[in-house]
Amino acid sequence: MRKINVSEIIDKVKEMCIKANYELGEDVLKKLQSAKDKEQSPIGKDILDKLIWNANISKDKQMPMCQDTGMAVFFVEIGQDIYIEGGNLTEAINEGVRRGYKEGFLRKSVVNDPIIRENTMDNTPAIIHYDLVEGDRLKISFAPKGFGSENMSGLKMLKPSDGIEGIKKFVLDVVKNAGANPCPPIVVGVGIGGTMEKACILAKKALFRKIGEFNPIKHIEKLEKELLDEINKTGIGPQGLGGDVTALSVNIEVFPTHIAGLPVAVNINCHAARHMEVEL
Amino acid sequence: MKEIKITTPLNDNIIKKLNAGDRVYITGTIYTARDAAHKRMVDSLKNSESLPFDINNSIIYYVGPCPPKPGHVIGSAGPTTSYRMDDYTPILLKAGLKGMIGKGNRSKEVIDSIIKYNCVYFAAIGGAGALISNCIKSSEIIAYEDLGTEAIRKLYVEDLPVIVAIDSKGNNLYDINIRNK
Repeated sequence: MRKINVSEIIDKVKEMCIKANYELGEDVLKKLQSAKDKEQSPIGKDILDKLIWNANISKDKQMPMCQDTGMAVFFVEIGQDIYIEGGNLTEAINEGVRRGYKEGFLRKSVVNDPIIRENTMDNTPAIIHYDLVEGDRLKISFAPKGFGSENMSGLKMLKPSDGIEGIKKFVLDVVKNAGANPCPPIVVGVGIGGTMEKACILAKKALFRKIGEFNPIKHIEKLEKELLDEINKTGIGPQGLGGDVTALSVNIEVFPTHIAGLPVAVNINCHAARHMEVEL
Repeated sequence: MKEIKITTPLNDNIIKKLNAGDRVYITGTIYTARDAAHKRMVDSLKNSESLPFDINNSIIYYVGPCPPKPGHVIGSAGPTTSYRMDDYTPILLKAGLKGMIGKGNRSKEVIDSIIKYNCVYFAAIGGAGALISNCIKSSEIIAYEDLGTEAIRKLYVEDLPVIVAIDSKGNNLYDINIRNK
């Protein structure tokens, strides 16, 4: 049994919170560059140029690329042969968030009660999804999730007879309805199957995938590419001001489901598609 | 696409010249307010109380900035999505607000009020918070400090780059450009 002390987890989470917000991943940056080359609309091209410029400034100056430094979302894979010592894992992750958001001068965007709405002033609690896996490694994936895009997400419990056309129609409806609000060009995370909550978690997990990687299942990869084409034909464009590039990527995750159901969840991410992972 | 430099406060002459699609650089004092501050301001107006700043001819920027690093004026400070302010906006436009900076489309009620009171809605580039913070030369919290990032700040900006999204005639860039596609 391998031991990991919570102090190591706190430090790592703190670093991730800061780095993910200061430095846009190479995968996203590369995609923004190719989007700029493809974009025909002058306003759209100018916006994409400024977004690349913005990412360079934030990295150089070590400051957040976007003021919405998000609610802290984690997917944590815990090897079943690990022993966490020195404290509670969830509390350690929250402490890392607390320190990262304070020391990194990140925005505190979390309110304690959804009705009373007092800011917790330290961006906790984080949203944490745990998976128990084989082995003795701890893999922590992190995404600061902005709510301009989160608010534009959707879930629909389709009928099996709705099939692939029903799925496409729903994803396109969500994207069209979102328009300019989620800061296009967006990344579209889609979860298909499972139960209601499973589909939503799959959609979120899809946003953690590197841009440029596709689902390993061939017919799902095909659906990802077809949907991306159709989304880019809507004309919504960068910042919703018209253009050829509305989405950078469509990432789909699937899971077995019930004979009576076809749950589909769509979770949208903005162009500042921040995500990173570490393994301890 | 015209490029126009303007200084605050706004007035009817400036607004008349602005058309949807124009690129505008704003210099002068503007005020920040987002969801929670809007709710408080509108509650104040309903109770016939005064607002924390003179709203006549002013511009509100929908932003909740990051805290400044030591030696900096402000942290990252890009626009937040505007539609969440739509329920409050007609009341503020009636009270004298002339301009708004945000991102995304507005409701019919807001657009009707923009026309009725001769106002303008600007779009800033969402997610370009680091770039925009360079244009902010001073920042001071003037109200609702307990709201944290949602407090009202008085900002002095120089050449803040925005695009006229909805002009005083009601022309709406979000509709025009997507329709023309």
